[in-house]
Amino acid sequence: MTLNAELRVTRGTFSLDLDVTIAPGEVVALLGPNGAGKSTALRTLAGLLPLTSGHITVGESTWDGPDAFLPAEKRPIGVVFQDYLLFAHMSALENVAFGLRSRGTRKAEARAAAARWLDRVGLDGYEQAKPRALSGGQAQRVALARALVTGPSLLLLDEPLAALDASTRLQVRSELSRHLADFGGHTLLVTHDPLDAMVLADRLVILEGGRAVQSGPPAEVARQPRTDYVANLVGLNFFRGKASGTRVDLDGGGGLTIAEPAEGPVHVVFPPNAVSLHAEKPEGSPRNVWPVTVAAIEQHAHTTRVRLDGPPDVLADITTATLAELRLRPGDELWAAVKATEVHVYPA
Amino acid sequence: MTRNRVRGRLPAVLVLPALAGLAFLLVPLAGLVIKTPWTSLPTLLGAEVGEALRLSLICASLATVLCLFLGIPLAWLLARSGLPGRGFLRALVTVPLVLPPVVGGVALLLILGRRGLIGQHLDAWFGISLPFTTAGVVVAEAFVAMPFLVISVEGALRAADPRYEEAAATLGASKWLTFRRVTLPSVLPGVVAGAVLCWARALGEFGATITFAGNFPGETTTMPLAVYLALETDPDAAIVLSIVLLLVSVGVLAGLRDRWISGPT
Amino acid sequence: MPNLRIRSTIVTGVLGVALVLAGCGQQAASTSSGSQAVTGDVTVFAAASLTETFTRLGEDFEAANPGTKVKFNFGGSSALAQQLNQGAPADVFASAAPANMKQVTDTGTITDAPRTFAKNSLQIAVPKGNPGRIAGLADFANADRKIALCAEQVPCGAASRKVFEAAKITAAPDTLEQDVKAVLTKVSLGEVDGALVYKTDVKAAGDKVEGITFAESSQAVNDYPIASLAKAPNAAVAKAFVDFVLSDKGRSVLSAAGFDTP
Repeated sequence: MTLNAELRVTRGTFSLDLDVTIAPGEVVALLGPNGAGKSTALRTLAGLLPLTSGHITVGESTWDGPDAFLPAEKRPIGVVFQDYLLFAHMSALENVAFGLRSRGTRKAEARAAAARWLDRVGLDGYEQAKPRALSGGQAQRVALARALVTGPSLLLLDEPLAALDASTRLQVRSELSRHLADFGGHTLLVTHDPLDAMVLADRLVILEGGRAVQSGPPAEVARQPRTDYVANLVGLNFFRGKASGTRVDLDGGGGLTIAEPAEGPVHVVFPPNAVSLHAEKPEGSPRNVWPVTVAAIEQHAHTTRVRLDGPPDVLADITTATLAELRLRPGDELWAAVKATEVHVYPA
Repeated sequence: MTRNRVRGRLPAVLVLPALAGLAFLLVPLAGLVIKTPWTSLPTLLGAEVGEALRLSLICASLATVLCLFLGIPLAWLLARSGLPGRGFLRALVTVPLVLPPVVGGVALLLILGRRGLIGQHLDAWFGISLPFTTAGVVVAEAFVAMPFLVISVEGALRAADPRYEEAAATLGASKWLTFRRVTLPSVLPGVVAGAVLCWARALGEFGATITFAGNFPGETTTMPLAVYLALETDPDAAIVLSIVLLLVSVGVLAGLRDRWISGPT
Repeated sequence: MPNLRIRSTIVTGVLGVALVLAGCGQQAASTSSGSQAVTGDVTVFAAASLTETFTRLGEDFEAANPGTKVKFNFGGSSALAQQLNQGAPADVFASAAPANMKQVTDTGTITDAPRTFAKNSLQIAVPKGNPGRIAGLADFANADRKIALCAEQVPCGAASRKVFEAAKITAAPDTLEQDVKAVLTKVSLGEVDGALVYKTDVKAAGDKVEGITFAESSQAVNDYPIASLAKAPNAAVAKAFVDFVLSDKGRSVLSAAGFDTP
């Protein structure tokens, strides 16, 4: 019962062209910037938007295709919307029971099942609460229970944690992870938050401009980004270049020495904390050393991120101690250094 | 403390016209109340007044029900369907607001009258003739009052977030179930407000009613008709009738308000 | 721009004041001179049933008295009487019933003795071709026939009652209309088989309505009184207009419309 989809939608100048396969029990995260087509993809899977061409099949049944379209209300799906869209005039229990009721379950039975699910998401005692009396985290859990109570074949999560504040988010994310692990159906998670995607998904699909630019297990994507967007998401310095032995000439100018020899077009990454900054040019050891100018300084929780103009341009994370020592200001001229062993190279 | 501070900040530019507006609405009513011959009230309130009042309340309520049945789907059509020429339709719906009610009554006679386009068939096939009947009063009142309901409900529907309907669809709800259980409850304040306006308009309706349904005590004489005719000979009686109509309608609306419309405060 | 606008406002204001002053002067001159030539505006409150005839009479009056302008307010006689008693600015009141005239003389709003300038009597009105085959007043007692009458509160309704009493007939109306025009609407649209209205109304309704004369109509002849108001803003023209209505010229216009004249 694998979900197979070729999602092709053309609307005005925008076009979506995305192939998705989700195995039972698998959680696939669709990750991409705003306007990449994530929501469009989710809407086609939900049956809220018909495909222009392509198809959606789950096992033997066709949900969308050249000669079949199953509308949303006929698809065995559950959707958790970004702002949950809980029905304001219904209690939490009625919200959760709604999907069962509309699929013909008897009232008492539906309410009992809804109550069990509320209990399961930790909202025992909130049956009669109206959505506006619930906190963000509670509302999210009601939305999850409402989506799962009908035992859907496909669970669609649209930015399920985006509306939560940072502290709630951590807890809800781990709960959601637990529920997804228990869920035997197909799950598609749409998000622009790499952390949500990494924690919750078995596989990532990176969507940019309506096309999948990269897909794979989170760890692989995080280690070997293939676009600037992904590299930025996972927080790596990312370059394209041409390798010849232990030397890579970067497309944007400059060059790097690498530890493992390679040939031909490659991607080069290294983390910002692999970059060290020096007032004087450092000597010795197999290091990449080049002059840079400070473009900007951003203070983060425990580190300071320095944006440096090269070539090549890099991000460097330095400690507060280093910052104090160097007394950095935009426009300062420095030396950047990266050990060849810190540089990760893989074929483009 | 807080409340006082907020009140102190109300700008005079708004408060003065607001008070003037309130006075503009209430002073004519005050005139009516002052001129009421309270002492002769009991003698003026005969059985006919009770009959006219009862008829008014029944007809206005039935007209409101009729408007709800026809007006809510119409509002939905205007707000949610992709119907071409919706703007034009929307303008047409407001025609009864602009039309002098007497003209509306004549228009109804031309269509539903004994010799009207549809009315002649109703008469010939079913023996139904609406003019000069209580049903005719309901029809005339509904015709004039329906725009209030449609406009109010349509506004509420257009303001309502259609994504809730999508959410209901993903939960397996049919369009009809979604409309009943999700859309309608979410626009309920608009429906109630529209129904109240509609009822009030129907209760005060005169021109279309007397033109289409005529005037016969116990059948079609509603309070506004009784008031108008009383004015011909006995202005005091007319004032009393107006006051009675006023008190009853204000009473009903206030009662409804407490019960159905829970304000944001 | 703002300067221009202010200037034009001032100019308009000055002009307005000048015009008002000129008007006052003119009026003063015309009333004090005592000559036959009258000028100025006259406002006439007249019963709705007089709409056609009085509009015509107004035009004739203006033609005969250059410099005059007749303004009309047509409406139900009782509504007009109330407006007058509440101080509506009018020079002349022409009522469709002595009773409404009395409401105005009772309060002293009119002090002159009202004069009857026209008489009207009832006729049976039926839709063109008389589809309900109404033969006479007796058919008004038939419950199967759709019958419209004026409400008793309005003059034609009161007259109708008198007629039925005289004929010893209990009418079975389906509706009691608020005025003659409403009755005629129902007759001309064929909503009713028969109705009682004034002769002049049948005549004014044109060829969609036919009139049937009946004997008992003589039992309820309605007098139309006219008088000028005690506080008429333009008493001279008011008096001239009343005289004009009562003149031979006035009578001929009224009889052409179906009124009997005294």
